Amino acid sequence: MLSRIAESLFWIGRYVERADDTARLLDVHVQILLEDPWAEEDLACRSLLSVMDRPVPPDHVEVGREHVLDVLGYDRFSPSSIAGALVAARENARRAREIVSTELWECLNASWNQLPSQMRPARPHDYFTWVRERAAIVTGIMESTTSRDETWHFLVLGRAIERADMTARLLTTRALLGSAGPGWSTLLRSCGAHEAFLRTYRGTASDERAAGFLLLDRLFPRSIVYALNEAEASLTALEPVADRAGIDDARRHIGHVRSNLEYRPLLEILDDLPREMELVQRACSAASDAIRGRYFPSGAELTWVGEAL
Amino acid sequence: MADLFDDYPAGAAWDEMIGTDGEAQPAYRHVHSALAQLSAGELRARADTLARSYLKQGVTFDFAGEERPFPLDVVPRVLAGDEWEHVAPGVSQRVRALEAFLADVYGPQKAVADGVVPRSVIVSSTHFHRAARGVEPPNGVRVHVSGIDLVRDSLGGWRVLEDNVRVPSGVSYVLSNRRAMAQTFPELFATLRIRPVVDYSRRLLAALMAAAPAGVDDPTVVVLTPGVYNSAYFEHTLLARTMGVELVEGRDLYVAGGRVWMRTTQGRRRVDVIYRRVDDEFLDPVVFRSDSLLGCPGLMTCARLGTVTLANAVGNGVADDKLLYTYVPDLIRYYLGEDPVLPNVDTWRLEDPGALEEVLDRLPELVVKPVDGSGGKGLVVGPRATRAELDELRGRLREDPRGWIAQPVVQLSTVPTLVEDGLRPRHVDLRPFAVNDGDSVYVLPGGLTRVALPEGQLVVNSSQGGGSKDTWVLGGRVPRRAPGSGQSAPQTVPKDASVPIDSNPSDRRVQVMQQQQTLADGGTTC
Repeated sequence: MLSRIAESLFWIGRYVERADDTARLLDVHVQILLEDPWAEEDLACRSLLSVMDRPVPPDHVEVGREHVLDVLGYDRFSPSSIAGALVAARENARRAREIVSTELWECLNASWNQLPSQMRPARPHDYFTWVRERAAIVTGIMESTTSRDETWHFLVLGRAIERADMTARLLTTRALLGSAGPGWSTLLRSCGAHEAFLRTYRGTASDERAAGFLLLDRLFPRSIVYALNEAEASLTALEPVADRAGIDDARRHIGHVRSNLEYRPLLEILDDLPREMELVQRACSAASDAIRGRYFPSGAELTWVGEAL
Repeated sequence: MADLFDDYPAGAAWDEMIGTDGEAQPAYRHVHSALAQLSAGELRARADTLARSYLKQGVTFDFAGEERPFPLDVVPRVLAGDEWEHVAPGVSQRVRALEAFLADVYGPQKAVADGVVPRSVIVSSTHFHRAARGVEPPNGVRVHVSGIDLVRDSLGGWRVLEDNVRVPSGVSYVLSNRRAMAQTFPELFATLRIRPVVDYSRRLLAALMAAAPAGVDDPTVVVLTPGVYNSAYFEHTLLARTMGVELVEGRDLYVAGGRVWMRTTQGRRRVDVIYRRVDDEFLDPVVFRSDSLLGCPGLMTCARLGTVTLANAVGNGVADDKLLYTYVPDLIRYYLGEDPVLPNVDTWRLEDPGALEEVLDRLPELVVKPVDGSGGKGLVVGPRATRAELDELRGRLREDPRGWIAQPVVQLSTVPTLVEDGLRPRHVDLRPFAVNDGDSVYVLPGGLTRVALPEGQLVVNSSQGGGSKDTWVLGGRVPRRAPGSGQSAPQTVPKDASVPIDSNPSDRRVQVMQQQQTLADGGTTC
């Protein structure tokens, strides 16, 4: 497979997952601000922007939910907003049009076409629901029409890395806002994990277990550890023959941060959650770079990478 | 400016929102002004949103073969916090008294010996089951879940209409109504402190676990449903889902070696507590109806052996018999040594000397109810009945005076409700739900408000064209967050610590091109 195509596939996986996760994150955030009369809107919005790596306006400017929605929801030009991610996913699919199945392409293209009419509804919740549904359709089509060859592994690899990264960011918002932020059950709901969590632990739910569920659960597909495992599995499938010693960079980053989470007492991780989550995000970023270096080398783009970072 | 309440008629009954002077009652002030700001169109739009969200969630009931959304009115019912401080203890007192009564009935029957309740009232009740005698609930609780129906005719004028201690249903509508209303009126939730109801499932599970047979460390709780065709099936699934326990049907259970088991893919698994939503008569074909396919043979034997707890207990129906209802205030004094907080509605026992004659005489102005009915079944409202109906009823009363009670017509309070012509007063009642875990009785703040949609209709049951309202109890005394719980102060990430979000490097060139293009477009059109 051409490196360029593989790269597009990898990024389709990432962008679609990013749109999905950002929609979930914003949904929780907006819901809290609406329902909670004690919420400190300015502070909550600032910390969300900083977690999502968006520029935070100067201190004297009041930051409200409209601003956050504009920046993270409706900005078509930044791939770290929902709209931008959908646009970028479609662009990438266009570049890999001959590899991507027609159904998948049509789905991404339809999302792109519908985007202007879906943006800025009366209830932001409707927009988020739409985004989640589109992402679910993409996943479903991927699942049922993609051969389990490299195409599949690159798509899944992108999705898994993005999911680990975004779940880490979601947990950071909770840690940063403390008790002013969303409760654990809200976070679980936003990941679609609440009912799975209840079935696992029944009534004996506690904050600790909820955090553990999103961080460490080996069976729930949105937990960080599950996503990291999935990324590792894809990497192994892409390159099964391992050296007798040593391991390639991408797998090293991911495996390292995964075992860092898995082989430590939960309480220790929770004590400094923002820091731990930052490690996860950095590892995802480093793994992404390593994957690019290994599978998508291209002279022209390397200079771009150098400038961007 | 015309507002929604301009042509709101002063009804015959006491209205909870609009006082006789046309002003809003204190508890409703906020809701009233928020609603008054809406136009009729906006209010209808919100009502449509509610209905659509119910269709999507599948909160529906079957109406002539068509799935209709469960009717939830767009105007909430509001109760002031201090009013609730009167109602909740009253409900819990009633539950405690009925609990003591049931323990007595299926035990020493002291109340009979002491002359508080005649033995005939107990043994003639259709829901008194001798099979329940000798079944000792592990933590002494028989009424794990109860729904006490209340009505009011003025501010503070609460009265108990009936008790439901068998399988009271409707709590799922409290939970789903609240969710739907929170999405439809976020601005009201933001300004009012409404006591939350989400706790219910957790409390229920805790109470069920507390009721587990002695010596079971990690009890397996299940919800037993009659099946998908039951009208309350939605409720059964919601409770099982939010408690995270299995929802079983009778055929999933079997009894072996004096224990109850369920069939799972991993082989059999022991069941310790069954929250059963199947009526007594269908629960165990060995003891009750032998043609029942909904239950599981041998359940009662296991309950008697103490290897499984049935919640609510079998035979509870004797305590919500409508004739026994007339004795409940005496039972409260007898068992608890307290005065009843919530009075009964005046009731004639037709077996009392002279009562039958008086009732037959005044039948056109009374409400007559069968003692073992629920859900408004068989109830006759005198002023609305035809002569032929009343004559037929007279015959039935003479035949079976034990089977009926008579009450004066209670003027139920009204709350503005959205109907065809706009907001109109409609009669409501309230069913608060109580959960008894053996240590204390938790009363869910609010409860299910049922509303009779036809004008002047006094029967509010949902099987008779009734709707519902979300019930808001104001004034959260309980702080929503424990103060000073560690990491409470929000922080922001230091700017350099935030991790950049990657994007495909080959996209960036495209973005720059796009941005340049849009700039160029803007330039040419100017």
